[in-house]
Amino acid sequence: MKKHLLAATLITATLASPVYAANYIIDNKGAHASINFKANHMGFSVLAGRFNTFDGTFSYDENNITASKITVNIDTSSVDSNHAERDKHVRSDDFLDVNKFSTAKFVSTKVEDKANGKLAITGNFTMHGITKSLVIDAVKVGEGKDPWGGYRLGFSGTATVGMGDFGFKSDFGTVELDLYIEGIRK
Amino acid sequence: MWKNTKLKYGLVTKVLHWISALTVFSLFVAGYWMVDLTYYSQWYKTAPHWHKSIGILLFIATLLRLIWRFYNVSPANIASHSKNVKLASKLVHIGIYLLLIVLMTSGYLISTADNRAIEVFGWFEVGSLGELFDKQADISGFVHQYVAYSLIALSVLHAIAAIKHHIIDKDETLKRMIK
Repeated sequence: MKKHLLAATLITATLASPVYAANYIIDNKGAHASINFKANHMGFSVLAGRFNTFDGTFSYDENNITASKITVNIDTSSVDSNHAERDKHVRSDDFLDVNKFSTAKFVSTKVEDKANGKLAITGNFTMHGITKSLVIDAVKVGEGKDPWGGYRLGFSGTATVGMGDFGFKSDFGTVELDLYIEGIRK
Repeated sequence: MWKNTKLKYGLVTKVLHWISALTVFSLFVAGYWMVDLTYYSQWYKTAPHWHKSIGILLFIATLLRLIWRFYNVSPANIASHSKNVKLASKLVHIGIYLLLIVLMTSGYLISTADNRAIEVFGWFEVGSLGELFDKQADISGFVHQYVAYSLIALSVLHAIAAIKHHIIDKDETLKRMIK
């Protein structure tokens, strides 16, 4: 009887566990996450690049989406647009000034449930020593057990950043961020 | 006439010396100016292209110059120079050669950090060795900038010394690099 009770408790606990927010660590080790950017090249086309080094964590609860949180730290010197000379320039004090501002950071302050797996994540984005509010339009891509014993959850997201808002010496207008975040449950 | 003798510099040495001097000075001015060009300047792409092309040609010229130097006699020191002057001039000459090599190597490493080759006036390309160390473009850029300042400082010292020998000491130092 006791055994049954224990089993019942365990089953209930397991079933009930999605009620609590689960914590995830962004899978940067396996590179199942990327922080990409796009900028307009003088009206001719789009220049794309990414930040190769970042880390972060998030919590997510299917039943209480507004309680979700995310924090991401970006190593600004890891900017990569597939051109060493341009990247060197982007790292210089004309843009990111990575010697002074080696990290950029996003910390969520509010998450809105837009239904059907859509979220609006508002947060403080700090870059170049300046903090501004930023809204990321996110979509849940999927979640479930992976074949290697872990549990994964992923989102994609987009946001728009104005270079002028962050005090860059050179300002080429707005930059679109394309974010793909896959987390492994802790 | 072409080769050096124990008494004077040959034509090859003199021509290479003065071409190098002119080129180093021009590249310095161009480099100093072009790094602050705005993106919309018509020189934004042309100036670095020429700077790199001429830099590669100067590297080839410097290699030839060094080979020529080692397979040729050097004129003897001028007898009226003191021991210290002889030592100082030797050190400055070695310093200029070293800085030149470091300067050109670091310049090469900036532009080739992403496997891209350096195109020399569309005549030929100098291939990349890949990214040899972390943050290659940034570190090489820093070295390139400060070694360039050092080379110009040392070259100015070299020029002032030559003029001093010519005007104050009235010796052969400068004359034998010209005549």
